[in-house]
Amino acid sequence: MIEAKDIHFTYPNGVEALKGVSLTIQNGEFVAIMGQNGAGKTTLVKHFNGLLKPTKGQVLVDNVDVKKVSVASLAKSVGFVFQNPDHQLFSETVEEEISFALKNFGFEKSVTEARVTWALNLLGLTQYRKTSPFMLSGGERKRVALASVLAWDPKILMLDEPTIGQDYQQKEKLRQFILQMKTQRKTIIIVTHDVEFVAECNPRVLLMREGKIVADGEAKTILTNPSVLMQASIVPPQVVQIFLQLPELNLPKNVIDVYEAREILLNILEKKAR
Amino acid sequence: MALIETKDVTYTYPGATKPSITEVSIRIERGEFALITGPSGCGKTTLCRCFNGLIPHFYQGEIKGEVTVAGLDVAEHEIFELAKHVGLVFQNPENQLFALSVEKDVAFGLENLGLPREEMRKKVDWALNLTEIYDLRERAPHELSGGQQQRVAIASVLAMQPEVIVLDEPTSFLDPLSAKKIFEVIYDLNRKLGITVVLVEHRLDLTAKYASHIIIMDEGRIAQDGDPREILRSEEARLIGVGIPKATRLYQILKKDGARLGETVPLSSDEMATTIKEALENH
Repeated sequence: MIEAKDIHFTYPNGVEALKGVSLTIQNGEFVAIMGQNGAGKTTLVKHFNGLLKPTKGQVLVDNVDVKKVSVASLAKSVGFVFQNPDHQLFSETVEEEISFALKNFGFEKSVTEARVTWALNLLGLTQYRKTSPFMLSGGERKRVALASVLAWDPKILMLDEPTIGQDYQQKEKLRQFILQMKTQRKTIIIVTHDVEFVAECNPRVLLMREGKIVADGEAKTILTNPSVLMQASIVPPQVVQIFLQLPELNLPKNVIDVYEAREILLNILEKKAR
Repeated sequence: MALIETKDVTYTYPGATKPSITEVSIRIERGEFALITGPSGCGKTTLCRCFNGLIPHFYQGEIKGEVTVAGLDVAEHEIFELAKHVGLVFQNPENQLFALSVEKDVAFGLENLGLPREEMRKKVDWALNLTEIYDLRERAPHELSGGQQQRVAIASVLAMQPEVIVLDEPTSFLDPLSAKKIFEVIYDLNRKLGITVVLVEHRLDLTAKYASHIIIMDEGRIAQDGDPREILRSEEARLIGVGIPKATRLYQILKKDGARLGETVPLSSDEMATTIKEALENH
C-alpha cells in the first residue's frame, strides 16, 4: 500500500512541483495519473520509489517511510520504467539489459535466464535477444526498458508514459498484461496522456494540475466530465466527444467504451428507422 | 513531379541481418499532408531517414533503389544541401538539441545558410511564436520539459522554411492539448504556406483528420497507400495493428451491424457526430 500525507516538493531551482498531495493506493489497484506537462505527475511517482524525498509531508510504502530507506532497497518492491527509455538503457545487448538488475538482486543464474526469457517473450522481443538496444526503434526500446523492470517481478509497478511509440497491438498487450498483474494483486501506476488507452482500461484516475490532485475517481466518471478535464488540459476520448455533440439524443453519461457506444447508438438508429 | 519519391528502396543497417525497409516505392506530391503509420519497428523511422539523406550519408549500411527529394537524388547531395528542402524533426528531441539557448538552437540552421542578421532574427521569432516558445528563447534547451523540447525541435526546423517537413512522432512527449496545438500549427503550415508535411504517427485519433494521404507500413514494406478514408475503413488496416481512430472504428462497427449511416467515412469525432445527426434526420 502507498500512502502520501500532505506531501510538498520543491526542486533545488525553486520550482514547487507538489503543493500538498494526499492519497492512498491499495495493493492490487490500477491507477492512471493524468494531467498537463509540468503538473507534477512524474515528481509524484518518483516519491513512491524514493527517487525523490518530500520537502514536507510523508510517504509510506507498505508502512515504511521512504525517507528512511534507500532507493536500492525500495527498488525490489517498486519498479519504475522511465518515460524516455534512453535514460534507462545502457547495456550492449537486450539480454544483458534485462538480466542486469536480476544479477544485482542476486538471483541464481538459472532463475535469471528463465526470467529474461519470460520477459522477452512477453514483450515480443525474443528475436532481439542479442541485439544492441540502441539498434532498435523507439517503441522497441521502450519495451526493453519495461522488460528489464518486469523481469524482477516488483510488487508495485510504475510506468511513466508506457504507450508512447507503441502501436495498437502493443498497447492491447500492455492492457492485457496490466489486467493480469491486477489479478495477482500487484499495484500498477501509470503516468499517461493517452486518454484512449485509459478509456479502454477504465482504471482509477488521478487528475493533477499545478502540483495538486484535482480529481480522483473511476475513469468512466472523470473522462466524461469535460469541465474537470479542461482544468487538466485533457481532451476527452473520442466516444465522449461524439456523445457530447449529440445532446438532443439524451444519451447516457459515463460511456467511454466504443462497443458500449455502438449498442446505444444502434438502438436509437433502429428506433428511428421503425 | 513528386516532391518525395522512392523507387524500390531496400536498406539494411550495418551489422543487421535483414533489411529494415524492403522495396519501398512511394510518391508524396507537393502540398500533401502525408501520414505514415504502422506497427512499432515496421521501418517508418528508417524511411524518414532516407528523405533527408541521413541514409546513406550518416548511416552506412547497404542501400538499393533511388530516393529523390525536390528533384535532388539524395545519394548525390550532402545532408546540408538537402536541409534547405527537407526538415526532419526526430522522435526524441534530446537527439536534436545541443545549443546553450533555445534561440541559438532555432537559429543554428539559418546561421549555416549565411543569412543576414535581420532576416535571421525575423525567421527565428516567427518560428518561436508559431510554436509558442518565444518566452523560453533565452532558456537552455536541456532544462526544459520533454514537451517544450519538442517545440524547440519543431521551431528549429520551421525556421528554415523548408518545402517539406518530416516529423517522426513529434508530440509523443506532449499532453494531448499541447499535441493538438502542435498538429494545428503543422496543419496551418500545410494549408496556408503550402509546406508539404510527412508525419509519422501511431496516434491516428489525433491526426487522421489532417491527412490527405496515408501510408501504412508493415515489416519494412508498404502495406497500404492512398486515401485515408478508404484505407482506415478497411479491415486490413486494423489487422496490421494500426490504431484506427475510435470515431472511425465506431462507424465501422455500426455499419457492420447494419446501421444506415452515410458513405463518407468519418476520421474525427466531429465528423462522426455529424454522420449520426444526418442519419437520424434522413429517417
